[in-house]
Amino acid sequence: MVEKLGAVAPAPEPEPERPAGNRALRKLRRSPAALFGGLLVTFFVVVAVLAPVLPIPGPAETDWGAVRKAPSMAHWFGTDEIGRDVLSRMIWGAQASLLAGVVSVVIAVLLGVPLGVLAGYARGWTDAVISRFTEALLATPFLILAIALAAFLGPSLTNAMIAIGLSAMPIFIRLARAQTMSVLTEDYVESAHAVGVGHLALVWRYVLPNIFPPILVQATLTIATAIIAEASLSFLGLGQQPPAPSWGSMLNIAKNFLEQAPWMALWPGMAIFLVVLGFNLLGDGLRDALDPRDT
Amino acid sequence: MTTKRTFALALAMGLGASWAQAADLRIGLQDDPDVLDPDQSRTFVGRIVYASLCDKLVDITPDLEIIPQLATGWEWSDDGLELTMTLREGASFHDGEPFNAAAVVANIDRSQNLEESRRKSEVKSIASVEAVDDYTVKFTLASPDATLIAQFADRSGMMLSPKATAEAGVEFGLNPVCSGPFEFVERVQQDRIVLEKFADYWNADAINFDKVIFLPIPDTTVRLANLRSGDLDMLERLAATDVASASADDGLIVEQAVSLGYQGITVNVANGAGADSPIGQSELVRKALSLAIDRDVINQVVFEGAFAPGNQSFPPTSPWYNADFPVEGRDVDAAKALLAEAGFPDGIEIDIQVANNPVQTQLMQVVQAMAGEAAIKINIVAKEFATLLSDQSAGDYTASQIGWSGRVDPDGNIHQFMTTGGGINDSKYSNPEVDALLDKARTSTDLAVRKESYDAARAILADELPIIYLYHVTWIWALDDKMQGFVPYPDGMIRLEGVSFNE
Amino acid sequence: MLAFLGRRCLIAIPTIILISIFVFGLQKLLPGDPVLVMAGEERDPELIALLREKYRLNDPIPVQYAAWVGNIVQGDLGISLRTQQPVTALIAEKLPVTVQLAVMALIIALVIGIPAGVLSAYKKGTWIDWVANVVALSGLSVPNFWLGIMMILLVSVQLGWLPASGYVPLSEDPGQSIRTMLMPAFVLGTALAATLMRHTRSAMLGVLQSDYVRTARAKGMGEGTVLVKHALRNALVPIVTVTTLLFGELLAGAVLTEQIFTIPGFGKLVVDAVFNRDYAVVQGVVLCTGVAFIFLNILADATQRVLNPRMRQE
Repeated sequence: MVEKLGAVAPAPEPEPERPAGNRALRKLRRSPAALFGGLLVTFFVVVAVLAPVLPIPGPAETDWGAVRKAPSMAHWFGTDEIGRDVLSRMIWGAQASLLAGVVSVVIAVLLGVPLGVLAGYARGWTDAVISRFTEALLATPFLILAIALAAFLGPSLTNAMIAIGLSAMPIFIRLARAQTMSVLTEDYVESAHAVGVGHLALVWRYVLPNIFPPILVQATLTIATAIIAEASLSFLGLGQQPPAPSWGSMLNIAKNFLEQAPWMALWPGMAIFLVVLGFNLLGDGLRDALDPRDT
Repeated sequence: MTTKRTFALALAMGLGASWAQAADLRIGLQDDPDVLDPDQSRTFVGRIVYASLCDKLVDITPDLEIIPQLATGWEWSDDGLELTMTLREGASFHDGEPFNAAAVVANIDRSQNLEESRRKSEVKSIASVEAVDDYTVKFTLASPDATLIAQFADRSGMMLSPKATAEAGVEFGLNPVCSGPFEFVERVQQDRIVLEKFADYWNADAINFDKVIFLPIPDTTVRLANLRSGDLDMLERLAATDVASASADDGLIVEQAVSLGYQGITVNVANGAGADSPIGQSELVRKALSLAIDRDVINQVVFEGAFAPGNQSFPPTSPWYNADFPVEGRDVDAAKALLAEAGFPDGIEIDIQVANNPVQTQLMQVVQAMAGEAAIKINIVAKEFATLLSDQSAGDYTASQIGWSGRVDPDGNIHQFMTTGGGINDSKYSNPEVDALLDKARTSTDLAVRKESYDAARAILADELPIIYLYHVTWIWALDDKMQGFVPYPDGMIRLEGVSFNE
Repeated sequence: MLAFLGRRCLIAIPTIILISIFVFGLQKLLPGDPVLVMAGEERDPELIALLREKYRLNDPIPVQYAAWVGNIVQGDLGISLRTQQPVTALIAEKLPVTVQLAVMALIIALVIGIPAGVLSAYKKGTWIDWVANVVALSGLSVPNFWLGIMMILLVSVQLGWLPASGYVPLSEDPGQSIRTMLMPAFVLGTALAATLMRHTRSAMLGVLQSDYVRTARAKGMGEGTVLVKHALRNALVPIVTVTTLLFGELLAGAVLTEQIFTIPGFGKLVVDAVFNRDYAVVQGVVLCTGVAFIFLNILADATQRVLNPRMRQE
């Protein structure tokens, strides 16, 4: 089965050379693409964290005399439909977008991984029930599911994160289940079980550490899709609510002023693109670096 | 010779056909209409389609005077309990059925008695209706109702083929049969509605198009782009912020008319627990909020000056507007003083719900910024429209940004909102004095009496402010400059009589 | 093979039942009274009561569910609360639109994705590979609703080359139909092209190092023949699988694209229905998409088995 939202992860390419030691980190550092991705992500994180101390106008500060003004020295990114500084809203909006990406993936991981491990460990009926449930979730179009959930919970950033988290959960269930099953067939796990190591201890000591790398890779890539999903929901009016900014909700407004104020649509779109690209590059790099076939 | 003539004829017909192709009018709508049954439908865009599809008993002029359409004349009895209408002879429905008094009787019966009818409240006052002769019909009312004629200028007055309604019943909307200038051809939901000229229309000479195609295109930018590229001939509801660029475009014509409706903030004053708030309990706070808002700036910032700032249920352009209470300017100090007087010298905090569409949230953000300067902290609670409506009707709100599309008769803009137990009085405002005045205005057919009553009611409402009115939408149409003869109406409808391409 | 298909279809049954419960449950959870919206601006209480009764909204939810399933089994998905058209008719009307969009997007994706993937694998490590990878990742990272808006701005508003919105049925005017669909299909196709390129590249890399390719080269075959006849053919297995699965994704991905370009397809139908609380339509459409998705998955697995004989023994 394929991940949702088109971010299908192909198998990593075979590497001829196999350096030993602190291999993963070194490989990551040697990949310019992954470094660039890390740099992009770091940049946006730093900007988002520093938002309160940067010398910019408040994101809700209005100026009736400067409505929809093109970029200038006073407003580098221009002003929006009610005279707010777009740069400031972009910076504050970074908080919303990054938070949405990370929190919704955390929700998906916290719900999905235990369910997946349970299914893979317990097998039998538990597995069948969880698997059918996962398939049903996967078969419901992601965005429709998220729209319906967000509409049900009421439009807000928190609810959008919950909706995205729930919709992204099945990927982690599947991944955790498959990984658990494969770990359990390893000899050392079987012998540990034979010498009487308990279920929980077994999961804790052997299963979790082994499934961590692929989950980390998947989580990084899913943050990228989650950020786009938040933007999509906000674009439909179901995410961040005014006056608080998020890139998606800025685009939602901006599409009404495409002709008069194209910059309102340009910047948030660019920002989404760059940060998502960052997470995708980082995720790709992590996957190559953590590829177990290299050990 | 014969061959030649046939050829010439074919050529002429071919030319005619290609000319006919050119007389297809394509109109961009903001939404997809709901069911195309005037007795059941509820959307504004649906009414725009009906303006071409279904004739009404009466119509209005741009100045809101009632004029004949399918009824050629009418007369009230002295006690206001009997209305006699003479009907147009020679009109027929699209299925060939004749229009006559029996058809009117059947239509009123359907509006009143079809289970799913949305028109029941509009024709409630009619106790009975009878065909005096083929072209005279007499309505007997249970109580005087000055608003009835105006109802006949809208969906309640639309005449549907009795044969078609009898056959299709509740599914009439799938294939509507009326008596308007165009007849129904097909509908593809969310894509288009196609009508074609009705050859036997009683006023066919005034109709210059062979087909009308309505295309719902919700995005304003895209709608305008389609007009510019020639894929549309005209569109309704041009965004106010696009007026400047459309006016500057040589190929386009922009037409405007202030609407009959209003937009405002409805305050919950007595609708359950939600009314228990400073703004719900104190009219001083409501006044303070109203004073904190600069309606002109709202109009400039959000609507580029295209709309009409307002403070009453009727726009300043309406004959029913009370000129003694003009739109007041902004006064932050006075607002703060009122707050202090109400017992909130340090300011207050209010939750205001708003539909989560870009324009309304933009409006509320401007209001929020303005009120903030007067120590009124507004929390914007954005909800989907469906949720907003149910919360509002259940009293689960403090204040709500909502509007009204407007009615031809002034009663429709005020009675059901401001009278005790009124159908959509969601603030549950109640004042016996206002009830009496509005009831009086509703039952009198004397315009002077009505105006006096509305003015007196306004004087009270201006102090108590259950609804803080903000502005009146201006309907804005954009047309290709090859169009001529279009007349803007305050009801926002598109009437195609006399409209044509000038090529 | 038959046994395999039979087993997969059998497993699909509980999944479909679960989907139907989801779909139905979600609807019942949506806040906002559908009847209140339907009753019109005046909201006549009498009418509201009547509509509730008529659409069985007063019944307990299990009873409503049973009635709904009962009708579906008879091929009746109910009628749209908003326009009173039967949901099955609406789906039949919208499906060709979205399928056309999806097919065009898929063609665009295949035409760009596969050659780019082959080239990038062949030129592994060169600047061509690098550029192809960056472009592919960019295609994956760009929010396609934003791409759509920007293309409308540029191609329609500024340049006036293509219509900004709308839909012309293929049967009515094929040229115009393709013209109106071109931009949305491109927007929808970019992410897919990127995905396909990455899969093709990775599959090709595996194959290019295999013995038979080396043998073919050693035999002195032309590089083109080696690439297409030997390598690509073997790399096709995973590509075909991914493509089948992506087709399901496409149907879902059309949601926002159709919204932006005002294309009257499946996605627009369902989003508008959610906002209008048109229960029957949302339920019908999501159920159909879900079922279609499951069968596409089965189809993908089956194709993989046919193309790759080794899997049959597993």
